[in-house]
Amino acid sequence: MDLAYSDAEEEFRGRLREWLAAELPRLPERPDPLDWPGRRAYDCGWQRRLYDAGYGHVHWDASPTQRLIFLEETERAGAPYVGANFVGLLHAGPTIAAEGTPEQRARWLEPVLRGDEVWCQGFSEPGAGSDLASLRTRAVRDGDAYVVTGQKIWTSHAEVADWCELLVRTDPDGPRHRGISWLALPMDAPGVTVRPLRTLAGSTEFAELFLDEVRVPVANRVGEENDGWRVTMVTLSFERGTAFVGEVVACRRLLGELARTARENGRWDDPALRRRLGRLSAGFLALWRLTQRNVSEAQATGGVPGVGGSVFKLHYSHARQELYDTAAEVLGPDALDLGREWNLDRLSSLSYTIAAGTSQIQRNIVAERILGLPKGR
Amino acid sequence: MDFRLSQDQRDLVRGIRELLAGRFGRDALRAAVDEPGRLDRGLWKELGDAGLFALRLPEDEGGVGLGLPEAVLLFEEAGRWLVPGPLVATHGAAGSVPGAAEGLTVVTEVSGEGLVPWLDAADVVRGDATGAVAVRSVDPLTPLHRVPGAGGWAPEAVLLTAAEQVGTAAWATEAAVSHARQREQFGQVIGGFQAVKHLCAGMLVRTELARAAVHGAAVTGDPVEIAGAKLLADEAAVANARDCLQVHGGMGFTWEADVHLHLKRAWVRAALVLPGDRAAEEVAAAL
Ligand SMILES: Cc1cc2nc3c(=O)[nH]c(=O)nc-3n(C[C@H](O)[C@H](O)[C@H](O)COP(=O)(O)OP(=O)(O)OC[C@H]3O[C@@H](n4cnc5c(N)ncnc54)[C@H](O)[C@@H]3O)c2cc1C
Repeated sequence: MDLAYSDAEEEFRGRLREWLAAELPRLPERPDPLDWPGRRAYDCGWQRRLYDAGYGHVHWDASPTQRLIFLEETERAGAPYVGANFVGLLHAGPTIAAEGTPEQRARWLEPVLRGDEVWCQGFSEPGAGSDLASLRTRAVRDGDAYVVTGQKIWTSHAEVADWCELLVRTDPDGPRHRGISWLALPMDAPGVTVRPLRTLAGSTEFAELFLDEVRVPVANRVGEENDGWRVTMVTLSFERGTAFVGEVVACRRLLGELARTARENGRWDDPALRRRLGRLSAGFLALWRLTQRNVSEAQATGGVPGVGGSVFKLHYSHARQELYDTAAEVLGPDALDLGREWNLDRLSSLSYTIAAGTSQIQRNIVAERILGLPKGR
Repeated sequence: MDFRLSQDQRDLVRGIRELLAGRFGRDALRAAVDEPGRLDRGLWKELGDAGLFALRLPEDEGGVGLGLPEAVLLFEEAGRWLVPGPLVATHGAAGSVPGAAEGLTVVTEVSGEGLVPWLDAADVVRGDATGAVAVRSVDPLTPLHRVPGAGGWAPEAVLLTAAEQVGTAAWATEAAVSHARQREQFGQVIGGFQAVKHLCAGMLVRTELARAAVHGAAVTGDPVEIAGAKLLADEAAVANARDCLQVHGGMGFTWEADVHLHLKRAWVRAALVLPGDRAAEEVAAAL
């Protein structure tokens, strides 16, 4: 039980803090949340600055502790978050780093870190969301390529992505979990059509993906043929285990802002509201401690985060939604004004209990894999 | 930074767990319930010998010389086994009240809410207990008196009480899961029903969150973090005990099942020391 950072880690923090203080005033305004091409350019630009300053690798190669410090400091300083680079930096990249061949790592990792290439995630299909293993998109081997046909849906950032981590069925006759492979699909390949979907927040942050006899080189397969389910579990454990961690720090900052606003507009005098903010604050601090413990455990077992990520995600996704509901209480009538970024974020947060595995699915995982209760329907 | 338990800390937990399993297992617990108000002085002394009270006293004062992180681990175990008595107050008195460190003296304290547990059994009462009136306590294992005045709470007492609550939260999760794996209805174990599974998963999430909070607060010693940890631990203990009762069905509603004992103790701990609303106010004030 040790929360102290080493001298070297504190030195890393100090350098980062100085760099952020110098760099942030030079940043342009982040484009409108509805302008995805603009956001891509902005998010990649930020990633490039990080890379040039030696922080591009922090999500993978740095020690997990350095990553925690990075998240704390960037959030504290109000620096941009990963944005359009979410998939590449936080789960496709880490998956390739963990499961890819040396050639694959050499091909794909550096461009993500430099902010040159953006990834998206083509896992879900119209008929395969929670039941991901029932996916039907087919890949038929033809020489040194797979010919891929099918449809994906809710693919975040597909409009602006260069690559897609794509799950395909390579053996239609085998057991469901055994016939899947994990491919890197170039989004500009002939036969790929992206049709933006509008979210309830009015944004086109995700899309439908139509794949019509798309040729994907066999060399783009990460992991063995038909062993894609195992690779997928690695991807999902990064997605659930570590990808949202930085946002916890953001929530703590937002809570501070909310308390300030409430003190200014008089709502702080309402004890019920004050206590609600206090409860939320205790919860977010505890989530950070839980993260530190999960990271310590992952560090001790060498890399891929464990099912503790589901415990984290369950509480986090609900707490974040409650945070925005409380914010609406603090803001009063202003909560209906979409001109305020708060309110767009509130709408987006409605997805937190659905995306990356619904809360119901996370509860199944906790019950079956941590508590050992029987599988059932 | 390595926020896992160290080997020494794991050994410490194993030690107290073995002691309590041998000395305060289910039969002893039920015997204690049948003799309300009687405090087992022999057990008290053994807990003293095991270092529960002297844990944080420096070694040159006859203590064990460990810190809050180790103390919360021991108190989580004490909470899990539902050990009766004013453990937190006696621990807090070690070093200032003779005999407390060794488990020879039972020390109780007037709580911030104007309640005193174990007044009749205690050798020493800290705070002003004049005018104390006996209450018919909801918890058969915690006799209570009400007093006119009220005191405050030492942050460390708040944290150790929170640790006991984590013990109850963890016990309730394990008890619910073990029942759900055995009890059959509709031709299958009830743990296969998703409605039951999801209750259990929720219990684990509350426990782990509260435990992370208590451990974090034990390391930093920060009073606001301690208040937040108490808040989460109270919620975890009370909600988990309720859910555990639900998973046990009619059996859970009987005096014979232990669930009610944990729920009642969780209520008492929640109300005696920095109750929820006050804890929430303390955390909010720091925002
Ligand atoms: C904002 C957003 C971004 C997303 N981004 C991506 C992306 O980039 N790439 C990608 O591949 N996917 C993405 N998704 C898809 C997401 O992973 C799925 O929506 C999610 O897994 C749920 O699947 P579904 O929508 O088909 O819901 P369904 O599986 O149809 O579930 C509907 C309801 O039934 C419940 N349910 C289903 N099965 C069970 C069960 N066994 N037990 C109990 N309840 C059950 C669910 O909890 C839910 O409440 C995104 C989704 C959102 C909202």
